[in-house]
Amino acid sequence: MIINKKNKLILNILLFLAFATIIILLDTNKIGDPYIKRVLNLSAIYAIVSVSMNLVNGFTGLFSLGQAGFMAIGAYTVAIFTVPLADRAKIFYITPQNPILAQIELPFVIALILGGLLAALVAILIGMPVLRLKSDYLAIATLGFSEIIRIVFTNTKSITNGALGIKSIPQMPTMWVFFGVALLAIFIIWLLINSSYGRAFKAIREDEVAAEAMGINLFKHKVMSFSIGAFFAGIGGGLLATLLATVNPNQFYFTFTYNFLLIIVLGGMGSLSGTIIASFVVTVGLELLRFFDSPLTLFGVNIPLFRPGLRMVIFSLLLMVLVLFFRNGLLGQKELSWKVICDWFNRKKRKKPAEGGRA
Amino acid sequence: MGVIKVENVTMQFGGVTAVNNLNIEVEKGRIEALIGPNGAGKTTAFNVITGVYAPTKGNVLYKDENITGLTPDKITKKGIARTFQNIRLFKNLTVLDNILIANHLRIKSNFMSSTFRMPWSKREEKQMREKSEMLLDKLGLLTLKNEIAHSLPYGEQRKLEIARALATDANVLLLDEPAAGMNPSETMELSSFIYNIRDEFNLTIFMIEHHMDLVMEISEKIYVLDFGQLIAQGTADEIKNNQRVIEAYLGVDEDA
Repeated sequence: MIINKKNKLILNILLFLAFATIIILLDTNKIGDPYIKRVLNLSAIYAIVSVSMNLVNGFTGLFSLGQAGFMAIGAYTVAIFTVPLADRAKIFYITPQNPILAQIELPFVIALILGGLLAALVAILIGMPVLRLKSDYLAIATLGFSEIIRIVFTNTKSITNGALGIKSIPQMPTMWVFFGVALLAIFIIWLLINSSYGRAFKAIREDEVAAEAMGINLFKHKVMSFSIGAFFAGIGGGLLATLLATVNPNQFYFTFTYNFLLIIVLGGMGSLSGTIIASFVVTVGLELLRFFDSPLTLFGVNIPLFRPGLRMVIFSLLLMVLVLFFRNGLLGQKELSWKVICDWFNRKKRKKPAEGGRA
Repeated sequence: MGVIKVENVTMQFGGVTAVNNLNIEVEKGRIEALIGPNGAGKTTAFNVITGVYAPTKGNVLYKDENITGLTPDKITKKGIARTFQNIRLFKNLTVLDNILIANHLRIKSNFMSSTFRMPWSKREEKQMREKSEMLLDKLGLLTLKNEIAHSLPYGEQRKLEIARALATDANVLLLDEPAAGMNPSETMELSSFIYNIRDEFNLTIFMIEHHMDLVMEISEKIYVLDFGQLIAQGTADEIKNNQRVIEAYLGVDEDA
């Protein structure tokens, strides 16, 4: 088959219809169960955050590890503003909520966007000093920032309820909230990286000195990429809050960021499609690996290693194998497109008759 | 009229003086060259002009405007573009993307309208592409537009780097050893290439070069730098017979 514009459109529509059908079937409980739905929703959220992280790390070449912090901002914004007013006193039973905040309840969509904007604003403020640093230093500074956010949230009890966290966050009745936002977010980032600004980001990744010599204002573009990345991480955090119905500071421990780092390294730094695939593989994979966390008895012998925590050991080992043998990840900087898939199939087809001829 | 004036520029790194009290005036529309033995401070002089370093002392003027201490991107925006001694292309991007990136500095759309493909941004993007393809066509690189930059042959990479500098709408081109690593026939081709672009784009060209035949052939004025000091300036013939230049390159005969 040859890929032209018309075929591509048809394939895209078919893909979307297949995708929509699955979501509708899941939504109406025709297939799957709540556990599967939850894992898939989580994958969609991970896809948003990973793609946003890839924008910064993979496309702009900034080694930032602050994703958990930005997610925390988004998650807490949604938590603080969407919990019904009636439930507030019950949640903030030790330290009463700030009297002004205690009167504000926002619709979910507004709170979600506000969370993203706040994350972006913080990113701009943090970015001003931090983005003058290079690679390792930037990683350390952003890591530190994410810890600062977590500790601040632990201590601002009248706003975030401290270590107790916020419960009873209203949940969403449909998977479309997660998958719709994921589609939209990824589409916007795709548009961005294929625009002139996206090309400038890539130029910075390729060679900072040359990019600056070509008239690209490094600082402006870095702050731009960093804060757009933070915006979508904030959105991802907000969705996480509604999915889990509860937030507490420990969810946003800095190791949380490593999940996304694994995903973008696995999927390919600088590949959106690779990141999306890796988000689902890693999230589902982590659930499957839970098998290692429960005690295992084989032929009446208790295998000693199988205990809570082994899952993360395996996870870390996988990460090591990955950086040792597949440094470019699944797709490197390439994108999976209909053309790539089609070429791949055509190549297979061409190979077969040749092999037959030899026999 | 001097387009670029370097006035009493001194550049020190800690205790090392890389360039000492340098005065250069590059005339509009000419091809001029900066030569000197290794470590003479030529690239440092380039880096001061293009804003990579702010000079310890002295000023750099472009069209009588003081540009000392501006960042490289601002200087490029004013119309001075450069190439690098060791080619610095955006290696993993296509030839066309390399040129398009150099167009980005003149973009009028902000990132929002550019991302959401507003009609005016689409028009701008289309113009950028047309302009870039025209440039590639003029320089004979159009057939390579979808190739990945690092897959090009060496000579073409050099050309692409010059093309990329031109794409910034530069008036002045600073070429840092454009013929480095080229064989004699490639060097010959390069010299006519430099001539052609100078005439075609009304450029002023200032270059660092080690290939003496290239320098002697195309430059209208030559500056010689040795240990950060300007030791001679003049036409090719004047430089060839200058005693101090010969000494700088060949060393002083101790017995004499």
